[in-house]
Amino acid sequence: MIDWNPLFLTFKLALITTVLLLIISIPLAYWLAYTRSRIKPIAETLVSMPLVLPPTVIGFYMLLAFSPSNAFGDWLDQWLGIRLVFSFEGLVLGSLIYSLPFMVHPIQAGFANLSPSLQNASYVMGKSKLTTLMRVLLPNMKPSLLTGIILAFAHTIGEFGVVLMIGGNLSGKTRVASIAIYDEVESLNYAAANSYSLILFGITFIILLMVYLVNGGYFTKLGRDD
Amino acid sequence: MEDTLLNWVVMIDISLQKILKSSTGEMKLDLKMQFEEGKLITIYGKSGAGKSTLLMLLAGLMNPEKGYISMGKDVWTDTSKHIFLPPQKRNIGFVFQEYALFPNMTVRENLCFGLGKGQPKAIVDKLVDIIDLGQLQNRKPNTLSGGQKQRVALARALVSQPKMLLLDEPLSALDHEMRLKLQSYILEVHREFGLTTLLISHDVSEIIRLSDFMIEMDQGSVVRQGIPADMFTNDRVNAKFQFTGEVIGMVKQDFIVIVTVLIGKDLVKVIANDQEASSLEIGDKVLIASKAFNPIIHKIS
Repeated sequence: MIDWNPLFLTFKLALITTVLLLIISIPLAYWLAYTRSRIKPIAETLVSMPLVLPPTVIGFYMLLAFSPSNAFGDWLDQWLGIRLVFSFEGLVLGSLIYSLPFMVHPIQAGFANLSPSLQNASYVMGKSKLTTLMRVLLPNMKPSLLTGIILAFAHTIGEFGVVLMIGGNLSGKTRVASIAIYDEVESLNYAAANSYSLILFGITFIILLMVYLVNGGYFTKLGRDD
Repeated sequence: MEDTLLNWVVMIDISLQKILKSSTGEMKLDLKMQFEEGKLITIYGKSGAGKSTLLMLLAGLMNPEKGYISMGKDVWTDTSKHIFLPPQKRNIGFVFQEYALFPNMTVRENLCFGLGKGQPKAIVDKLVDIIDLGQLQNRKPNTLSGGQKQRVALARALVSQPKMLLLDEPLSALDHEMRLKLQSYILEVHREFGLTTLLISHDVSEIIRLSDFMIEMDQGSVVRQGIPADMFTNDRVNAKFQFTGEVIGMVKQDFIVIVTVLIGKDLVKVIANDQEASSLEIGDKVLIASKAFNPIIHKIS
């Protein structure tokens, strides 16, 4: 029988990361979609970096930054009592950065695809930017929000490099499923590695299938109200 | 001007300058115009003349580089004083070319969205009544035809009881019959709510039928303005009378056909022979011209 803790930890991490990312990404994507600021290209580049950068690079710099032997890590430890290295909180922060583009890009595209007249009509009707966002824009881009949520969730499940660098392999704390697989293979325990792998394979397949079914309109009533 | 001031007519005064960038290059928008509150004004001109931009600037959805917009004593925009009233505070009704109905809301919810805080819903019911939306109230916009969407957009623009109504080519996508119906709705609400209405249109008979005043734009400037019937008819006069109108009826009598033509707000009967009549259909735009050999002059006052 396999240890279920790594799987439980993986889904806990993915869930927390996804919820936090949704809260961060809506304002960020809104800004990216509508701003004419000169720093937009730089902001877009930074958001997209985790797509191409090896996860070990992100993990490495986070490890350096948050290590208590460094000024910043020491300050966090001394003043706020937060230790981000080899802890679950550190994994959440790493995952937020690592999965950011998977949440921001679909939502940004969702905003860009909405006709500007929807927004204009709402403003002319006397509605504030916040009311317009909550009642007009977001409800009309549900497929984009769903894509972002599911991609960020699935991508966090598949995370390995960042977790390994910053979290290590502490059972019940930072040993997520992908690490557990690596660990079992190293100790030549292929049966356990296979169990974890099959479960992850199945779950990610189902999650991605849902995205394509919903956005392809196969569940018209579920995915779209029109 | 003097007598309009004496009669307490509120004038809308506009002077706007802006560089517009498009795929075909830059164009300088440089507009100056004045018109009376309460009129129905048509903006006419080729596409790319800056008509839609004018409406966006009036609504506060765009900023001019230089200029002002004032409605009597209310100043909406004045770049010299850094005044720029946001669109939310201008109380304008806007009907967008592509309708811009909110797809996530039913027709009734679309209308109710325009209500201000604490504003009674009576206005929604009144508009549903005037514009005949009773049957459509619980439908989502995607299930409506073009004409139905346009009626909902018109009603929705009026929920906040604006003083000014802006219509960006509202009827261009509709068939002839629907067009006539919507024109009558526009006229009805214009009068009922005492609106100042600005309408973008390319259709000569529509302009003549609806508007009190017309402004022609080209390349970002006003090229002509005046009473529509004069503007479309006077310029080509050449020792003969000439009017444009629309055929609204044809009756065959013996060897001739009596064609009823709507010219401006008047009905005129014209005799046509079989051959002429065979090329005509109800709804056609026609030119009626007469060599003025013996015009009748009749003293009326």
